[in-house]
Order: sequence, then C-alpha cells, then structure tokens
Amino acid sequence: MTESAAEAAPKSTRFLRPERVKEATLLAIIAVSVLVFAFLIEGYLSGRFFNRVTTSVVVVTLLAAAQALVIFSRNIDLSVGSIVGVAAYLTGDFLAATGQGPITAVLVAIVVGAVLGSVNGLLVAYGGVPAIIVTLGTLALFRTLLSIYSEGANVLAGDLPSWVLEFNNVTLFTIAGFQVRLVFLIAVFVVVGLQFALARLRWGRRIYAIGSNPSAAAQAGLPTASLVFWSFVGSGALAGLAGFMFLARAGTISATAGAGLELESVAAAVVGGVSILGGSGTMVGAFLGAVFIDTLKLSLVRVPEVSEFWRDAFLGILILAAVILDTVLRNRFNRRWSAEARKAMESTGPSAVGMARMAGGGGGTADA
Amino acid sequence: MREWAAKHRWESILIVVLAATIVVNVSLSPFYLGFGNFVNLFWLSIEKIIVVIVMTFVIINGEIDLSVASVMGFSAAVMATLYEGGEMAFVLAILIGIVAGALAGLLQGLVITRFGLPSLVVTLAGLIGFRGAARVLLEDRSVGDFPEWFERIGQQTLFGPFPVALVLFFVGLALAWIILERSAFGRKVYVIGNSADVARFSGIEVDSVKVRLFVASGTVAGLAGVLFAARVGAVQGTLGETYELDIITMVLLGGVSIFGGSGSMLGVVLALFTVLNIRNGLGLANIDGITQTGVIGLLLIGSVLVPNLARRYRLRRPAPEAMAHGPP
Repeated sequence: MTESAAEAAPKSTRFLRPERVKEATLLAIIAVSVLVFAFLIEGYLSGRFFNRVTTSVVVVTLLAAAQALVIFSRNIDLSVGSIVGVAAYLTGDFLAATGQGPITAVLVAIVVGAVLGSVNGLLVAYGGVPAIIVTLGTLALFRTLLSIYSEGANVLAGDLPSWVLEFNNVTLFTIAGFQVRLVFLIAVFVVVGLQFALARLRWGRRIYAIGSNPSAAAQAGLPTASLVFWSFVGSGALAGLAGFMFLARAGTISATAGAGLELESVAAAVVGGVSILGGSGTMVGAFLGAVFIDTLKLSLVRVPEVSEFWRDAFLGILILAAVILDTVLRNRFNRRWSAEARKAMESTGPSAVGMARMAGGGGGTADA
Repeated sequence: MREWAAKHRWESILIVVLAATIVVNVSLSPFYLGFGNFVNLFWLSIEKIIVVIVMTFVIINGEIDLSVASVMGFSAAVMATLYEGGEMAFVLAILIGIVAGALAGLLQGLVITRFGLPSLVVTLAGLIGFRGAARVLLEDRSVGDFPEWFERIGQQTLFGPFPVALVLFFVGLALAWIILERSAFGRKVYVIGNSADVARFSGIEVDSVKVRLFVASGTVAGLAGVLFAARVGAVQGTLGETYELDIITMVLLGGVSIFGGSGSMLGVVLALFTVLNIRNGLGLANIDGITQTGVIGLLLIGSVLVPNLARRYRLRRPAPEAMAHGPP
C-alpha cells in the first residue's frame, strides 16, 4: 500500500475489498430479513426482541470466532461443542463447590478451554495429524471424559451462586428500550479485538499467510507449527469462554451440554464469508454470520404461517446461497484485478503490475 | 507374508488390533463367540456400515459427504409421508424415497462441481438442510404401521441367520471392491483423489466422476434410511442423526487419507470389523455408548499419530534434517 501504487492505478478498486463487500452484503441481508420479519410478525421490532437476540447470540458468536481463528490457518475445530460442555460443567461444578465470583469463574472456564485446545494443537501442529481427524476424535473423547467425570449427575442451577443466573441480565445502559447487556458487549469486544489483532499484528498476518499457502509460509521461515498450536489454544480458550456464557444462560448443565454446536459454529463462520480453505475471511464477518443465523432462528419460530420445522431447511439453503455468492464475488474481483493489472502493465511497464496487485488484494486477504 | 505386511502396513496394524480385540472379547464374555452374537455385531450398525462402503469412494476421491445421515432421514421421511397419505402403493413410496436420496446427492454433486466449492461446506449445508426437510415432512410425528412384509425385511432373516440388510452389505462390499480396485472407474477415483488437476490434464472427466459418486452416496444413504425404517418399524425426523461422524471415523480408521488418493477396501473392512468388535466387547462389558465412542475417537487419533511419530523417529536417527513432517 504505497502512494506510487495508487498513482499507477488511479481507478483501482482497492477500497472495495472483497471482505468489506461481503460484510456489507451480509449486513444488508440481515437488515432486509429483519424488515421482512417486521412485516410478518406483529410487534416484532421491539426492545424485547433485540434483547433476546443479543443475549442468545453470545455463545454462537464466541464459537464462530473460535472456529474462524483455526479456519484462517486452514484447519478446523470440530471439538468446540464438546469443549463448551466440559468448560460449562467444570466451571459450574467449581462454582457450586466454592461460590467464587465472576472473574474467577471466567478464568476457570477459559483455562479449561485453553487446556483442551492445547491438546488439539499439540496433535495437529507437532503430531502431524490432520485437524479434521484430531478434532473428530477429541469431539468424542472430551465428551466421554465429561460423561465419566459427571457420573450422570447434572450441575443444578440451584447449587450455583445467585450471581450466575443474573449475569445474563446485567444491563450496562438502555437506549429507548434496547438494553445493552454485559454479555453481548463482552462478545463484541472479543470480536473487535481479534479483528484488529488479525488485521494489524504480525501473528495475525502470519495466520492468514499459513492458511493461504502452508508450505510457502514454512519456506518463508514462519514458525508455522507454533502459530497453528497457539491458534488452537486460542480457539479452545474462546470455546471455554463460550462455555461460561452457556452456563450463565442455562444454569443447569448435563453431560451432553453444547453437543452439536460445532456444526453451528462452522455454519456461522462460513455464512460470514470465512473461506473453509483458509487464508481469507474476517472476524466481523463471522460475527455477522452468527447474528444472521441466530436472528433467523429466533424469528422463524414467531412467523405464524411457517412451521418451526422449516428452520433447518432454510438454514441449509442459506449456507449454500452464502458460499455460492462468496465464490461468484471472488471470481469477479479476481477478474477485475487481473484486468487492472494488465492495463497498468500496458501503460507503465511490468514493474507496476505487482504494485497494482498489491494495492488491490494485499489488504485484508492474503490469497488475492 | 512379511512382504505383504511391508506393502500393507496399515492393514497389518489393523489385523493386529482386531486380533487383540477379539482375544480380549473372548476372554471377557462367554457369549462373544456364538454365531448369534456375530450377526448381532453387524445388526445394530448395519445402516452405518452400508454407507461406509460408498463413503470410502468419496473420500478416496478427495471429497467428503457430511450429509449422509441427513439424507438417510430425508429419504425415510419421504417414504413415510407418501405411505401415510395412503394413496400410493408402498413399493412405489420406497422407490421414490430412494430416488429422493439420489437427487439429494445429485444436487450437492452439481453445486460442488459447477461452482468449484469445497464439498465440506456444501455437504454441511446438506447436513442441516436435508435434516430440516425431513423435519418439515414429519414434524415431530412418528410414522409406523408399515405393511407386514416391509417389517419382515427389516426384522427377519433372508436365509440361514442372515437378514436382508446384511446380505445387501456383503453383496455391496464385493461389488465395491471390484469397482474400486479392479475397474477403470476405480482407477479414476484414485487418480482424481491424488490430484484433480493432473487427472483433468490426462483427459479424465473429473466432474462427471465426482457427480456420479455423490449420486451414489445419496442413493446408498437413501437405501440405508429405508432399511433403518424397516428394522425399527417407525420413521421419525431424527432418524440416523449424527451417524455421519461414526461413518467417517470408520473410513479414516481404515487408512483412507482424508486428502484423497489412497486407501483400500480391505483396510476399511478391517477398520469396520475392529470398530464393531470394540463396541460389541465394550457393550458386553457393560460400558455405555458415550464411552465406547470415546475409545473409537482415541483409536482414530492414535492410528494416524503413532505411525507419524514412528516415521519421524526412524528418520531422525540416520539424518536429523530429513524429517518429513516435523516442525521447521
């Protein structure tokens, strides 16, 4: 991103980065569907609905972020649902026994998640086992360990300190009936922080580089193994935090808590424009994906003409539509950029080509 | 013998594991060795292992199909809904159910090849969408009371002690072995799995092979859904839910590379026997289903990790810099 690049290609579309277009598209789709639902459901656009969505989306948001973090480096984590279950159960157990406060509880959940994530990370980064195999295995394994530990007993809401169940409703401020709740703000804070780190910090750019082309990243001398390891630890820690949020929302936790969330988190990330092949996508996109899926889920139930059983069928179509749109968009952009680069070469000679390409694609994705 | 073992390392490991499992099972339970238990061993997972056969092709081809369990539910739901209407001959309802599975596979195969999308994503959408479709059809009802002959297919034996589904499985297995390892189509599946680009440049009709495999996967999943309905005698929207993980685990445990291009039918059959025997043995020892799944998960990771570590150890001794997959 230098001045000379901008001069060489004055009509460059570099401000229209594909991930910005994707995010804007998704935001528009969310807005349109909210309007459609407002038309279909009486009293839909109320503060209460906003509060319900912002509370319920927290768990999936954190999991979508956890999933995106490993997908960026061309891996996948199918064990997040089991990590949520283990973290929620152990944290609940710990709170029931000790009655500690929120900060300790959050730390316990995050540490539990990070430890489980490090198991995945060790096996993937240093054991040379593909992520899908490792996490398919730990999906079952973590759940088994939880079921042995729990001996069939549940964590009961009644045994928890009273602050846990109130935690979900802690409201920081209210604007015209729209309550901004602490849990939602935490989730947004996590997403924004990760977005910034991945876009601006060195390790963030390196994660994208690995996902773009793992062997090129290794050739370039990046510490790929340790980066992948730490991305799994981070993913586990986020899933652990999601586990705490799960506990705060549900109160009662069984050994099967969180089962199935792994697929929902992949779906949210993919709808949010995160490429399953790694190297491309944003945290904000994954967050919007989670918001969209959650809004749809909570809204479809209230449309009287549509049976609630349509929800999953819609969701499937939606994911498909999102990925098709994604591919079509990317092809458009690639074609446009190569045309620009060609034009730049004709006018100013070959040295400008690389610059024009950088101006177009070097910003947010490493794969352009 | 030794030569065979050196050539088929994976299969040899599995034979050892399987033998160990059988020895442990025999010593644990006096009921294990009976023929009844042998049939029973297959019986409870018959629909899964039928789908495992076709999943082997899909993964060797370098793709994956996460939607199989949902397609099972979808096909069975289509069949049950048509039957419930009462207008249609039941045989026709069964056929339409299986065709619905084939169409589900065709749709996914076309989307994957036309748009060049990863099958992981497309079939994840399929997993959610076709399960949704099954729920739309059946909501939370359970449809049963099928004709007597249908339940007989599921519950009684065809000849000797063999139920229809088990016979189908063995016939399918023989066919699959011939197609995969003795036919031109099978060679194409391997070549595409190794490198779709190379295959394309060699003039192989890559997209057509892929679409055909997804159609096969949908059809077999549909058939498995119908067989499931016959065995249980009722269809619900949740039929077969989460089976995909078990099915994929069995294929990967059989030494089929998740990246495609390698694996053998023999390996998958051995893995399948191993998983069934471990579950059966743990079941006889009164260990619950969740723990059984955990043991299988451990086996799955170990089966890739241990050979990796062994290779690294062997390479490290003569020349430390020759590590193939180690960290840089």
